[in-house]
Formats: sequence, C-alpha cells, structure tokens
Amino acid sequence: MAVLDSISTGKRSVADRPPPVPRKRYPKWATRAPLLPALIFLIIVTQLPFVATLVISFMKWNSLDPAGRGFAGIDNYVNVFTDPDLRSSVVNTIVLTASVVLISLLLGLGLALLLDKKFAGRGFVRTMLIAPFLVVPVASALIWKHVLYNPEYGLFNGVLNWLGFDAQPDWISTMPMTAVVASLVWQWTPFMMLILLAGLQSKPVEPVEAARIDGASPFQVFRYLTFPHLRQYLELGGLLGSIYIVQNFDAVFTITSGGLGTANLPYMIYQTFYQAHEYGEASAAGVIVVAGSIVIATFALRVVSSLFKEAK
Amino acid sequence: MRRIWGVAAWFCGILFFLPVAWMVLTSLHSESDAATNPPSLAAPLTFDGYAEFFDAGAWPPLINSFSASIGSTIIVLLLAIPAAYALSIKPVEKWTDVLFFFLSTKMMPVVAALLPIYLIAQFAGMLDNISFLTLLYCSMNLPIAVWLMRSFLSEVPREILEAASIDGAGLITILRRIVAPVAMPGIAATALICFIFSWNELLFARVLTGVVAGTAPVYLTGFVTSQGLFLAKVCAAAVVVSLPVLIAGFAAQDKLVQGLSLGAVK
Repeated sequence: MAVLDSISTGKRSVADRPPPVPRKRYPKWATRAPLLPALIFLIIVTQLPFVATLVISFMKWNSLDPAGRGFAGIDNYVNVFTDPDLRSSVVNTIVLTASVVLISLLLGLGLALLLDKKFAGRGFVRTMLIAPFLVVPVASALIWKHVLYNPEYGLFNGVLNWLGFDAQPDWISTMPMTAVVASLVWQWTPFMMLILLAGLQSKPVEPVEAARIDGASPFQVFRYLTFPHLRQYLELGGLLGSIYIVQNFDAVFTITSGGLGTANLPYMIYQTFYQAHEYGEASAAGVIVVAGSIVIATFALRVVSSLFKEAK
Repeated sequence: MRRIWGVAAWFCGILFFLPVAWMVLTSLHSESDAATNPPSLAAPLTFDGYAEFFDAGAWPPLINSFSASIGSTIIVLLLAIPAAYALSIKPVEKWTDVLFFFLSTKMMPVVAALLPIYLIAQFAGMLDNISFLTLLYCSMNLPIAVWLMRSFLSEVPREILEAASIDGAGLITILRRIVAPVAMPGIAATALICFIFSWNELLFARVLTGVVAGTAPVYLTGFVTSQGLFLAKVCAAAVVVSLPVLIAGFAAQDKLVQGLSLGAVK
C-alpha cells in the first residue's frame, strides 16, 4: 500500500547501519520463521480490509437496496466532496485535532517543566497528573458531559454558583466544539507531559551548568539549550497525538453525538455506514481519511526513525 | 523560588485530578445528593450507585471486556515475542524495514477498515461474537507490542549472548537464562499496555457487538442520552470500568512513556 512507499523515506536512514551480530550458522528460513506468524497475521487483518475499502469506494452500494449494487466510478468521491455535512466534518476533524494537540502540547510542556524541578511530593503529583489519561475514554466523556457540563447540576455551574456568579451557561449547547476539545485536552495533556518529561530528563546536564556559569539567564537556557533538545520530543508528541486524535470517536460520539456541528470524519463514516447504510460513500470517506493520514504518518515515521537512529 | 514551583505543580496536579476525585465522590453519593446545585460535598456516603450498577446487568459486559482484553493480550505476546526476537537478537536482513512496516499499520485510521471488517464478520456469522473482536484487538496491538518487545529485547547484552553460544549453550538455555531475565519486565509492561488499549476500545466494539458480546465501553454508551437522576450510577460505572486501566497504568507507570511512544522514547 501507499504507506509502504511513504515509509521508505524514513527507513533509509536507519538501514545504512550494518545489522547487528550477523549469524551464519542458521539458514535464512530459520531466522525468518519467528517473524512470519506476526507478519502474516498483520497483513491479513490490516492490509486486506484497506484494499476492500478501496474497491467498495468505487461501488454503488446501499445495504438497504441490495439490488441497486453496482459500479459507481468516482460518484462516491464526488458525493463526499460535495456533501456539505461531509465537508464540514473534514473541517471539524482538522479543528479538533489541531486545537487538542496544540493546547495539550503547551499545557504538557508547562507541566513537564514544573515536574522537572525538585519539590516535595513530586511522585505523588506526577501520579495525580497521569490519572486523567487512565480513565477509560468513554467514561471520561460521560463524566464531562453529565457530571461537569450539565447546566442544572454539573460541577462547573455548581462552582460558579458557589463563587457567587449568576451565570449558569449550558456549556455543550453554547460551545459544543470547545466542550469536546476541553475534555480531550484534559485526557491528552498527561500523554504530552510524559513524553516531554522523558525528553527533559534525558537532557545532558553539563551544557546547562556551563551556560549558567557563563551567566546565561534561565530564559536563555530554555531558548538555546532546553528547547532545541526538546524539539524532537515536541514533534513526536504532536505527531502521535495527531494520529490518535484524528481517529477520535469516543468524545464526539458521547458528548455531542455528532450534533451541533462537531461531527468529525470518524463519526461521519460511522454514521454513513451504520445508520445511513451508504457503504460506497462511507468507503470513499475512509479512503480520504487514509490519504490524509499518510501525510501525518510520513512525518511521524520520519521523527520516530530519527529518534530510533539516535537511540542506537 | 523552589517553593513557588512546588506550589504551582501541586496546584496543577490537584486541578487535573479534580474531575477524577469528583467522579469517585459522586459515585459514593445518593442520587439526590449527586444532583444538587451548589454541589453537596459533605453528603453521606453510600454504595447504592455501585449496587445499582451491578444489579443492572454490568457483569456480562465486564466479563466480555476481560476476555477480549486478556485473550488478545496473550495472543499478541505469543506473536510479538518471536517476531521481536527475529528483529533484535537474531535479526533478519532488512529488519528495520519490517519494523517500520509494523509501525505504519498502526498509523492508519481504523475507521477506514470498519466497513470491510463489518462485512467480513457478517459474512462469517461472527457479528456479536467476542472471539472476532479479540482477533481485531490483536491486530490493533500487535505493532505496538512488536516495537516495544524489540526495544526491550535489544537491551539484552550482545557480548553475553555471543559468549554463551561460543560456550555451547543451546537456544533454550540462552532464552531461559539470559534473555528471559532481561525481557520479563518488558513483557509485563507490554502486556499491561496492550490490555489498556483493548479495554478502552469503543468504535469496533460498538459496531461489531450487540447484546451478547457487548464490552464495558459499549455498556457505558447506554448512559449517553440518560436523563433524570443517574449521576451516582454513571459515576460508579465510570469508576468500575476505569479501575482495571488505572491499576494497569500505574503498574506500568515507568514503561508507560516507552509504550505510548512505541518504544521511541526511553
């Protein structure tokens, strides 16, 4: 598949190194044998369905109208690109992914910088900060929807009430996209924090000390030493986050049920196929998602491969 | 100065933990105390929410989730450990290409494969069948497990492996005496991370299962449109369903970053 081509950019840099410990005692098949079950299983389960998606995307196929099944040419793609709902779901996916990734990266960076300092109870604070990431995503979305956002008895309005504000906004109806983004930022900030913290803690100490002795300000240390070192961790966090959040279904499904202009592509595909039974169009949308993902995946694989090369 | 950082960190920690703490507290309130405005902090505690959740048929979905998550984790380990061995200790030629192929499959959005997988399940009569879901979770976690296991196995010192084989140690001895002790913590962390991903999955479970094989996340979607007095119950459900993930996550805490970044960050 096209993914294979896209990774070739990333793999070449690592493939230059000689393979470790060449062993000549065993025939080739014996070294390959342990790999094959996993490889074959993965090709069958993950690659064949994509081929099927590609085929179905060129078919006219509504499961409620089995007699009308046939070849559709590029009609499904035309429909996908002209359907305003599907077009807005593309925009929603981009807005949702970009805002969640950027905000949680920034918050995660701040938290990682804080946790990199020494203070009493650091381990405990770290544990508290990881907790949001370990709440099952549907459960977290349910809690945000019913327990925090609810206009009548939700915690947010309860706190407003406590603080003496009269305003009791209906969070989800007035700002649906922000509501979804906020719940996802809460879930993903710990992820970004963990990756960036690992980056900070792998930073060599000597240059920082040398810079301090030479009179560099804390800002200069961050700008010229910490940040360049963190850059690849920021990239990795951003790309992995994008890969996961582009696919997000749970939060949109739970908090707004795709309504109020928040339906993203995964939700739209789910709905087109599961509720509208438009198999052809759902597949065409799926192919478009794959095409979009390949762009992100290419960059992601490149970053992973540079870290991979460095770790060797 | 140091004190300010500490206070700021504690403040952020508590702020992020607050929704989790509030979820636990609400789950222990009665329904009428859970739905007050302003919130009732000091209301009497009760396990009614939990009792109601388990009485309402929560066991079958929890058992389904456990069998899909544990089953897929075992199969994934059985496939991934030999593969990782062939990618690190005794590498095949072009092993990096193979490794990056595994990774690339993880970067494809699963939603694009949803329809054909549904059609295959329908054709094979495997809709609403937990075994089918288990197999899908295997494919979802296999790339992660291969990457992770490879990064753990590559920590096995090469010199010792070579010395052992020169001294005439057989494959089994090498695996048992040299590889296993180094790899065990890695295998445990990989298993926990695969368990978490399977346990959390909603989209496939929602589309492919129904009343028989529905998993815990699918059961939770029953609360999406709930109205009236149900906050304690939904919080109890969220706590119970999240508990295995919280336990697995904290148990794997040290390796969590490595797992989530597919072994790219140590």
